[in-house]
Amino acid sequence: MTSTFLPDKRTGPEAGPPPPALRVGRGRSRRRIRNWLTAVGFQLPALVLFLVLVLLPILFALYAAFFRWGGFGMPSDYIGADNFTRLFDDPVFLGDLWRCLVLVGLSLAIQLPFALAMAVLLNQRIRGRAVYRTLFFAPYVLSEAITGILFAMIFAPDSGLADQVLGSVGLDGLGGTWFADPSTVMATLFLVMTWKYFGFHMMLYLAGLQSIPAELTEAALIDGASPWQRFRHVTLPLLAPTLRISVFLSVIGSIQLFDLVWVTTAGGPDHHSETMAVTMFQYGFKRYQVGYASAISVVMFGISLVFALAYQRFVLRRDLEGATTTMRGGQK
Amino acid sequence: MGDRALSRRGFLTASAAAGLGMTALSGCGGDSDGGSSGTTTVEWWNISTAQPTKDVWAGLAKKFEAQNPKVKIKIVQLENDAYKSKMTALTASGELPDIFHTWGGGVLKQQVDAGLVEDLTDRTKPWADGLLAVAKEPYLLDDRVYGIPFDIGMVGFWYNKALFKQAGIATPPTTWSDFLDAVGRLKSAGTTPLALAGKETWTGMYYWAYLAMRTAGADALEKAGDDKDFTGAEFVQAGRHLKDLVDLQPFQKGFLGAAYSSPTGQAAAVGNGKAAMELMGQWAPLVQADAGKGLGDDLGFFPFPAVEGGKGAITEVFGGGGGHALRQGAPQAAVDFLKFFASETTDLELVRKTGVLPVVPGAESAITDPNIEAVQAQLKGSTGFQLYLDQAYAPALGQEVNDSVAGLIAGSKSPEQVTESITQTAKEEQ
Repeated sequence: MTSTFLPDKRTGPEAGPPPPALRVGRGRSRRRIRNWLTAVGFQLPALVLFLVLVLLPILFALYAAFFRWGGFGMPSDYIGADNFTRLFDDPVFLGDLWRCLVLVGLSLAIQLPFALAMAVLLNQRIRGRAVYRTLFFAPYVLSEAITGILFAMIFAPDSGLADQVLGSVGLDGLGGTWFADPSTVMATLFLVMTWKYFGFHMMLYLAGLQSIPAELTEAALIDGASPWQRFRHVTLPLLAPTLRISVFLSVIGSIQLFDLVWVTTAGGPDHHSETMAVTMFQYGFKRYQVGYASAISVVMFGISLVFALAYQRFVLRRDLEGATTTMRGGQK
Repeated sequence: MGDRALSRRGFLTASAAAGLGMTALSGCGGDSDGGSSGTTTVEWWNISTAQPTKDVWAGLAKKFEAQNPKVKIKIVQLENDAYKSKMTALTASGELPDIFHTWGGGVLKQQVDAGLVEDLTDRTKPWADGLLAVAKEPYLLDDRVYGIPFDIGMVGFWYNKALFKQAGIATPPTTWSDFLDAVGRLKSAGTTPLALAGKETWTGMYYWAYLAMRTAGADALEKAGDDKDFTGAEFVQAGRHLKDLVDLQPFQKGFLGAAYSSPTGQAAAVGNGKAAMELMGQWAPLVQADAGKGLGDDLGFFPFPAVEGGKGAITEVFGGGGGHALRQGAPQAAVDFLKFFASETTDLELVRKTGVLPVVPGAESAITDPNIEAVQAQLKGSTGFQLYLDQAYAPALGQEVNDSVAGLIAGSKSPEQVTESITQTAKEEQ
């Protein structure tokens, strides 16, 4: 709309007709500025939101982590790195780190292979596979709070569904206290996590599997490759990009795990299922030691960042390189 | 397309503006000066969002307005947790509502120290003298009155009379060793003696707090909070007594993961007759009936037993209630309203309709439940009082008490470690 008015202004009486060459140059630079302004105009709301809601809080948490601060007014009691030294002396936080490692390990060793197996299975032509796919994906759609409440009821000692079922088939000995026992709480939590998230990873793998051309497996079949060989040497390498992304999402998810733990155990019994995010919540919103909680969030952010960068640099490099070389090839 | 993009951007900008605007607006409010027409508007902030209390309180405000035509009461109601965080923000900003809900203790003291709360000592004479002494306790700071109660309650053991009879326990225990003995008898009768919500750590803290009061005396916890030192031998002793109880394995199966008011939680275990006792406040019968079936006439109440050789007495109570405080410089109409709210007529209505315990001795006649009567008798005859620790102490300290006592009950902390970590947290707070 504005563009139709601008030329009139330019050719207004006081400006006078400029030499032709100059007019072209001016017009181009004006257009460039106008394009630039349009771009800025479109990005401004998103930029402002990002700045105010993402970047500033991150920077502020970084700042607050060096103060003893109750969360109201501005932080004023500077204590240097005390919050961080306290953090790495705190057995609960060190436990959080350990539990994070355990969850990552279990996810990579059990949850993802299980999801892969299900994906391969449901990629076959079997009756009702659409139903199975939907069924397995459904838990992922459920909110984490609802999942938590559901499983807190299922794993209630004695009266819960899990113990009832085990009892009715004569396996009472296997049942027990689930979330209520420090020695079983992490295993139970992991069980629920697997139930909730394997469907998501399965979906990723299914999408990956479907992009593998059937000709390749057929060719391998004609060459006399066994089913295992076809999987190991054709499917798996071609699925690798998807696997790498899924591992990445799984690790980041484990680092930030909160909702499920909060609803089922609140980190208990006696901190045995506490994660970094739960500890942060406890200090930030229960104890109002916001400075200390900020230090926890900074460490969480640091771990995620270092992991993300390292993973992109060393693991995803091949995927990214593929993308850039194709582009370069296209330019030539 | 272009239109759509525009409207989407417009929407984003509008919502951002709305968000900022809301934040700015929520910072305002709280002012309520007299209007030009000679009427005074009094703002009354409370947490009575549940029925029937909400309607009863609104009705009382109307009644007061009818009696005082020049006063308007503006009610602001907030959910418990929302109220707490809002008040923290208001305290930081230095502006409090005319009349506001308070639990007394450490939070009220912070507000008083900041010079935000009206000293009511002289302005509520002589009518406030007639109120139940224990109910006024949480709002007394250095012998000055900063709040007027409308409710008071206490923690004690709620027990199943039928299960006690089955185990051959004729009368509720009055000493700690009798109590441990009763726990043993219940166990050998095949009953779970105690229900505990281990997931909600405050439930375990009640045991330690009461034991500390019994071994060290009613004032010891208050003093330890002021001195930032909980390492005294009597506090360690309290932990040992608790450990003696825990070693008997008296709690229900899976108690470490149990919640308080859920259908599989502490209250339901007692309400369904699966456990014989719980240590809980005066609201216990309601929650038992809500989460479980409720015990009806089988439900009984006895105070926390005395500890042999301890400095405390069985008549000292651990509890808290609810009250109202006024902002510094609140109008006379606000004081009048407090007087109206603490009158016998109002209290009778509150006790009858909203289930609070009376703060005016004359309102006792409205109690019909024998257990509530027993609680009331205990409160009336009390010789000492300790406010709930999470209200008496700063949040971090209160949480640390809960947390380390939970560790003791779970077996990961010794009685000495409990007192050490509580002391450490107390010292970290300036």
